[in-house]
Order: sequence, then C-alpha cells, then structure tokens
Amino acid sequence: MEHTPPPLFRTGPTPLARLMIFTLLSIVLLIADARFGYLTVLRQVTAVIIYPLQRLAATPAAVGERISGFFVSYNALKLDNERLTEKNLALAREAQQARALHAENEHLRGLLSARERVAAPAKTAEILYAARDPFSRKVMIDQGLQGGLAPGQPVIDHIGVIGQVTRVYPWLSEVTLITDKGHLVPVINLRTGLRAVLAGTGNDSRLELRFIPLAADFQNGDQLVTSGIDGIYPPGLPVAEVTYVERNTAYLFANITCRPLAGVNTHAQVLVLEPVKSLPERPEEVPEKAPRTKRKKS
Amino acid sequence: MSIRPMTPQELLLPVKPAFIVLTLIAALLANLLPWSGWFRWLAPDFVALIVLYWCIHEPRKIGFIAAWGLGLLMDIAEGSLFGQHALAYVILAYAGMTLHRRVQRFSLAPQVLHVIPILLFTDLIVLLVRALAGAEFPGYAYFLGSLTGAALWPPLTHLLKLPQRPRPDPDRV
Repeated sequence: MEHTPPPLFRTGPTPLARLMIFTLLSIVLLIADARFGYLTVLRQVTAVIIYPLQRLAATPAAVGERISGFFVSYNALKLDNERLTEKNLALAREAQQARALHAENEHLRGLLSARERVAAPAKTAEILYAARDPFSRKVMIDQGLQGGLAPGQPVIDHIGVIGQVTRVYPWLSEVTLITDKGHLVPVINLRTGLRAVLAGTGNDSRLELRFIPLAADFQNGDQLVTSGIDGIYPPGLPVAEVTYVERNTAYLFANITCRPLAGVNTHAQVLVLEPVKSLPERPEEVPEKAPRTKRKKS
Repeated sequence: MSIRPMTPQELLLPVKPAFIVLTLIAALLANLLPWSGWFRWLAPDFVALIVLYWCIHEPRKIGFIAAWGLGLLMDIAEGSLFGQHALAYVILAYAGMTLHRRVQRFSLAPQVLHVIPILLFTDLIVLLVRALAGAEFPGYAYFLGSLTGAALWPPLTHLLKLPQRPRPDPDRV
C-alpha cells in the first residue's frame, strides 16, 4: 500500500524548479521566434485570444472621436465644405489632366511595348494603437488575414509612406513603420534623380540616408520618393524630406538626416497597397570576357 | 527592535478567483490603451504590476502558468519577440512568491522599496533579451515605467483590498 502525503503537503515541484521549467520554455520560444521564425501558427492562435481586448482598448478613443465629431459647429462644417469643394475642383482639373496623361502614357508605352503599370489595388484600414515596445516602431491596424492582407504590403496615409505590414493575424496586422530601426526604403531624390536607401533610426522624427558619397548632390528640403526598385513600394510615393546635410571630409560618407513626411498618429486612416510584383527577371551573369568593340573615332 | 510585525495584520475575507481574473483582464486592457507621447514611457506595465501584486498577496491562487500565459499575450499585443514578456513575468512571479512573506510584513512605503528593484530587474531582463536579439538601448526613459509602477503600488494595494475588507456588521452596537 502506498502512502501518499495528505493534500495539504502536496505542493508539486518547488518554485525554483517551476521557474527553471518556464524560463527554459520561454527561451525556447524566444530562440524559435527570433532565429527561425517558426511560430506563426502559435502567434496567430494567441492573437485570437487577445483580439477582443485589443478592440476594446481602442474603443474609448474611437468613441471620444465620434462624440467630438458630433459636436462640430455648423460654421466649421461650412468652412470645411467650402474648402473641400475648392480642393475638389482643383483635383478634378488635375484628374482630367492625369487621365489625358495616362492615356498618352499608355499609348507611348504600347509603342515601346513596355509592361503596363497597373494601378495597385488598395485596402483602407485604421490604426488601432501604437505598440508600446520601446525597441521598435510598430502600429497595429484593424485588417488582417480575413481582409486578405499579407506580410510585405506597403502602407501609406494621405501624405506618403508610413511603413510595411510585417505580421498578419486573423483580424489585425502589425505594421513596421519606416522609422523603425532596421527598416529600409529605397528612395530617389526628386530634384536630382539620385537613388539611395533610407534607413529608420528608431527615432520618430529622424531617418537617415546611409552610405552616400560626400560629393553626392543632396540639399536641405530635397523631397525623397520611393524608387520602386525593391518591388514592394510602388514608385513615386513621398517618403521624407532632407533636413540636415553634413559633409565632413574626415568620414567617407555624408551624414544626411531626413524627416518622415507621413504622420503616424494613432487613429488615422491608412491605405494598404498591394506590393508591386513586376520586377524584371534577374539578368543572366555576363561572362567576364566581353567582346571588344571597335571604338568609333570621331 | 521588537518582534512584533511592523504593521498589524488585517483580517481579510478570502479573495474570489473571479476578482483576480477581472483585475488581470483590466491590466491587459490598460496596457493596450493607445498611450502616446511621454505617456508611452511613463505608463507602467500594468500586467507586471498586477501579477506581482497577486503573487505577493495570494501566491497560492496565481502562479507561473498565469504569468507565463499573460506574458505571451503581451508579446502578441506589442509585436515584440515571442516569449520576451513571458520570461520577464515568470521571473517576476518567482520574485514575488519567494518574497511574499517578507513583503507582506512591511507597511506600504517599505513595500514600494521592494517593488522598485523587482520591476527594474524585470525591465533589465527584457532589455537583455532584446539586446541579444540585436536591438539598441532605447534610453534611460525606458526605466521610467517601472518607477511610476512602483509609485502606483500603495493606491493599488488599497484598491485591490477593498473587496476583501469585511463589511461592518450592522447588528453590532
């Protein structure tokens, strides 16, 4: 006959042992996530559990906004309306011009037998909250797998690029902002046409252009737009403005700081675009010995 | 020094498990609120605070499993590494459970002095994990949340003990 201890003394493993078990479990999860990215399914299941809370926490701000929206004065509405009508007229003119240009462009492209650029379909979403993780710059938006989102899609607001969808949960997605440290956007300088790569710094109001030669033509106030060579961001979207250029000959590269154009305030509407997937095939490796051509002498 | 405990122990009603669950959900909600600007740095990790509170006051009712699960939920909500908060909360829970007899003996002000290092240590673990994963130090403001969390400890203790206080007996003269 076995003697089991009475229930009062049956306490299971000691706290230290339990601490070890759970610490090990956490470390395994950490490594699996950080190194191998295995845990997509587990993440999504956990995401479903917390989804109602995420929506609920975002509600007070949304309700507050709706209430303050209800009490907008007649005058403000009228002014707004006038301004919008004016803007609409201006835009309509531009749209007509754009249509004409588009048609002309299409015609020319047809002539050149170039691949037509398809207008990327977009999905609207709303920023629910900014993630509090102090090590990264991320926001949560209220569209996810159910809305057909996929990692890699660019996200813009009415001004310009704000970031890229990096993780997708059933009803939410995580957007890494362009200011996140380690996030890169290939850009082009509108004024000069120079290509560069814009890197986030982890600071909300600062972006960096890295590895730009000292002699490169960058000035304060230069507008940077996406270049589209990455196959993710469609070309021509405004990203940032150069705010500071330092050329110190002691260093190899110029120190160029930029300011993101698009605002990333909470509770803003954003647009999730389809990534552009019309990259040309990678050209075959050219053999080292190129046939010599005779130089024309003029 | 006298052997007498520093604060007279109160006689409290047993806590209802539903109440613990409710406070934990409220803490999760508070963490998920869209904090912005300086509040993002000042806002404490409410889940850590509440988990620590229950680990100190009811170490038999809440344990590692709850702390670990809540950590995983926080990881999803913040988009951080999966397991980062889980690890931090498990260590927090351990600290709370091993110190619970000691901390309960003190009055609220010295309790805060216990809470500060525990919360800061939890922060340090998260910092260490992220540094290993390649993140940069986000600045000393990172530790502010723990200090406000510790400052919230006394009002929080009063608040959470309210439902456990016995009602005054109407028949007593």
